This record gives sequence, C-alpha cells and structure tokens, in this order.
Amino acid sequence: MIYMAKAPHIGSSFSIVEILVALYFKCLRISPDNCRDKNRDRFILSKGHGCPALYAVLAHRGFLSSNILKGFGCNGGTLEEHPTSDLTKGIEVSTGSLGHGLSIGVGMAIAGKRDNNPYRVFVLLSDGETEAGFVWESAMFASHHKLDNLIAIIDYNKIQALGRIKEVIDLEPYSEKWRSFGWEVREVDGHNFAQIFSVLEKIPFRQGRPSAIIAHTVKGKGVSFMEDKLLWHYRCPDEKEYLRAIRELE
Amino acid sequence: MRDVFVKTLEKLCQSDSDIFLLTGDLGFKLFDSFREKYPDRFLNMGIAETNMIGVAAGLSFSGKKVYCYSMIPFLIMRCFEHIRIDVCYHNLDVRLVGVGGGLVYGLEGVTHHAIEDVAIMRSLPNMTVVAPGDPYEVSECINVSVGHKGPMFIRLGRTGEPQVHRSVPDFKIGKGIVVFNKGNDICLLASGTMLYKTKITSELLLKKGFGVTLVSLHTIKPLDEVLIKDCAKKHRSIFSVEEHSIVGGLGSAVGEVLSEIRYGGLFKRIGLPNEFSHYVGRTEYLHQKYGLTPQKMANNIIKLIKGPSNTPL
Repeated sequence: MIYMAKAPHIGSSFSIVEILVALYFKCLRISPDNCRDKNRDRFILSKGHGCPALYAVLAHRGFLSSNILKGFGCNGGTLEEHPTSDLTKGIEVSTGSLGHGLSIGVGMAIAGKRDNNPYRVFVLLSDGETEAGFVWESAMFASHHKLDNLIAIIDYNKIQALGRIKEVIDLEPYSEKWRSFGWEVREVDGHNFAQIFSVLEKIPFRQGRPSAIIAHTVKGKGVSFMEDKLLWHYRCPDEKEYLRAIRELE
Repeated sequence: MRDVFVKTLEKLCQSDSDIFLLTGDLGFKLFDSFREKYPDRFLNMGIAETNMIGVAAGLSFSGKKVYCYSMIPFLIMRCFEHIRIDVCYHNLDVRLVGVGGGLVYGLEGVTHHAIEDVAIMRSLPNMTVVAPGDPYEVSECINVSVGHKGPMFIRLGRTGEPQVHRSVPDFKIGKGIVVFNKGNDICLLASGTMLYKTKITSELLLKKGFGVTLVSLHTIKPLDEVLIKDCAKKHRSIFSVEEHSIVGGLGSAVGEVLSEIRYGGLFKRIGLPNEFSHYVGRTEYLHQKYGLTPQKMANNIIKLIKGPSNTPL
C-alpha cells in the first residue's frame, strides 16, 4: 500500500501493528455492525501518520474493502496519508496534527462517565508527540477527573522524524512522568502479543485512574533493514526493497 | 453581555440535558448559579485552553452541545489550530463564547485586546461568526445557537452594554437586522460592541439632515449578502463599523461583497488600525484615540461625504 502510493511513515506503521491487531481482534468492543452504536468502545489513532497500519487492520476486521484500500494515497482516491473521520470506515476521529488525540479522548471519556455508559476510550500516541505541552494538559485533567475509562497507549519506538528521541528531547524517566501525572502505568513489549493481551485484560489498572501503557517498540519492526532506522520514518521502499521486505514479512 | 449569555444558557439547560459549559478558569462569580444547578455539566478546564477545545470536541462527538468560555485571546488566538482541526474539520456543535471583543479590556493591555479574532475565525471552513450588538441580541443568539448545526464563534463585549433594540428583535443567524430606515444618504452597517455607538452616530447624522439607515450585521459569517446588496442599491454611501482591526473583519467582508457587485458609491471601513495599541487607558479613552466615538465617527463620515469624490479615503 505504502509502496504503491509512494507514501512515507512505513517505520511508524510497522511499530504499531501488533498493538492494533490486539486491540481490534481481542479487546475493542467495536465491529462494522456497531460502528455507530453509542455503547461502542472508541479508538483514536492520535499518531495519525501511522494510519497505513490502521487501514490494513481495519480491512482485515471488515471495516474497509480491498477497493477502498487500493485508493490509499492516490489522486481521486479514498484514503489520505492521515486518517479522516468516517465511522463506517471505523475511523473515529481525524488526526494527523500530533498531540490532539488525547484531549478529544478525554472529552469522550467524560461524556461516557456522565451518561453512565460503560464504553472505554483508547488513544494510541507516538512517543514524539508527547513532547507537545498540551498532551500533558490532557493528562493532568484526565487524572483529576478520575477517568478510568480512558487508556493511553504510547508507541515508544524511540525515534522521531529527525533523530532519536533521546537526542532530540529525552522523555525519560518516561513512566515516572505519566505516573506523576496521576496515571496508572504498565510497560510492555509492544510486539509481544501475550504481553499486550495480558495488560489489556487488566484495564483499568486501578479504579479511579486513567491507564497508560508504554509499549516498547521498534520502528520498522519486521523488516530487517528498516528496523530501528531513522531513514524509514520518511523513506518509501523502491521496488527491490519492497520485494525484499515482502519476502521477510511472509 | 456575558451575564445575559450565562442566564440564557442556564434557562436552556432546563429542557436540554446535553448542554455543557466549559471555562478556562475565567468568569469569577459569573457561573455560581449555573454550577450549583448543573454541577455535572460545568467544567472548569483550568488555564489549559487547547485541552478545553479538544475536550469540547470529544464531548460533542458524544452528542453534547458544548459552550467554551474565555477571553478571546486565549480562546481564539491560542487555540487556532485545535479549533481548525478538532472542531471545524469535524463540523462539531461547539460554541466558542469569547468575551472582550476589541478593546473592551482596555487597561489590561494588548495581551487582553482582541482585534484579529473575527478575521481568523471567518477564514475557517464550517465556522459561523456572530457578534451580537446588544443584550437582546445576545440572548436571542444563545437561544438560536442551541439548535445550530456546526461550530460557532460568539463574540461578546463584557457587561453592562445598553440595549439598542426597543424589544426582542427577530434574530436569525446570517440575517442582518434593520434597526431603522430613515433615508438613503448613508447606510451604517455595525456589528457587536459598536452597535450602540453607531446608533448614537446615526442620530447625530440625522440631526445634521442626512438620511440614514442603521443595520445590525451581527452575523459576519455567513454574511447577509442579500441585505448588503439591497443597501447598496438604495444608498449613496456605506460605512461598516466594528471594534476590530479593519483587516479581515466585518469591513473586509462587506467590502468583498461590494467590490464584486461594482458598487459605485462611497464605501469606508470604520474600525481599528492594524496595530497593537500603544496607548494606556480604559476602553472609552482608547476609543477616543482611535476615533471610535459617535462624535468623531459622525464628523469623519460627513467629511468623507462632502469631500471631492476623487480624494483618497
């Protein structure tokens, strides 16, 4: 898909595949049949640039047809390189401008609490986007209001657009940051299904607190020459690289 | 205006359980009664306005009608991109209720002045921009806003503004109100906090023997083009009056319409220059300095009308 569209962000997509599969096939109470149901769980891909992975998972889950997938990133197409809200496609919120997803999730979580509706709100963020100050405005507000129906999952692949997180703006001690903002935190290997399933089953980690899952991931996971390489934040594979990647993934 | 806003909204809450009121830690004492009656629907978001916009969007996604209150610089300027994406792109029922339009918070200084807000909100797709001109218009605007589809920016003054209309006017979003029609020499199109002063101005002009029509153009977007075109047909000169920079506000919007219909009369924008105020003073003092008092506006209008037609304005 990315190869055909000559699109960027393949590395950022590969780092969240297992998380999305776990959510959509094991955890989220959402399906194409209940995509407008008031009681459905909500999922927000705050790191909108990782949407190729989301589109692929939504297609496997029955939200998107292969024809719609083919329209990714092309003139007159169906899907942009950052997702646009469309409930029938399974896309709850339009994202792409980093840092916006958590506060929207907070609003949905408050509405759920006020309406005594038991749905849960999952927000998947990138590590780099938590450099934005307003993410922490939302984090502070969520714990103050005891939103234990809100779950933030952070794709901690440790690389952002222009360099390693550590060299751009070090986020460590990262778990401590979330904890000190009143969140209950768990850390997992974001590519290990057993670990992801196990932690998702325990939500909320503590009554009266929002849950944060810090998923340690590898940018470009699954393709040896892309793994943990800054280059693959923006680079799109050429034909040779594409064929090699496909062989490795199969 | 702000007290009328809260009272009206409080009344509406009785019959509409979806209304939420969010504030960015502003409005001391203003919300006491609302808060007491509807504690579950009132949220003080703290000094974190961008989060307020996102949360408002999230609530609105969940079927709520959300009113966000703050001073305009913090509500509008600070949050522009969040308003653009979270609210406007999704076309959500979020109402941004901003106080302090223009130089209303005069002495507080430039950080608290609001002279660019209409320009930037007007540029956003899906956004409706309303600046009610007196307390009647405020209450009607809030009443109508509950059923309005999509985002709205409601630009208010502060408190204690006099009534311009004699009774509750017929208020429709996107439709100007003809306050009076007393002749065809001059048409004054005013919005928001300038409506009252423009009314006094038109009375001065009437005394000088000019025929004057006064229109409250409370909705700046969508603009009442039909009414403006009608005014253009009937009047030899048109003046827009706003407490906002003349760049991008009501005057610009009216000018866009007039230039495209090749209006042959005299048109002039009356408002604030595109500069940060370098004066220190209360609103009245600043209005004096910028020529926004009825006497100064009337004198300027007369001078322009009587001047040779080829003189630059």
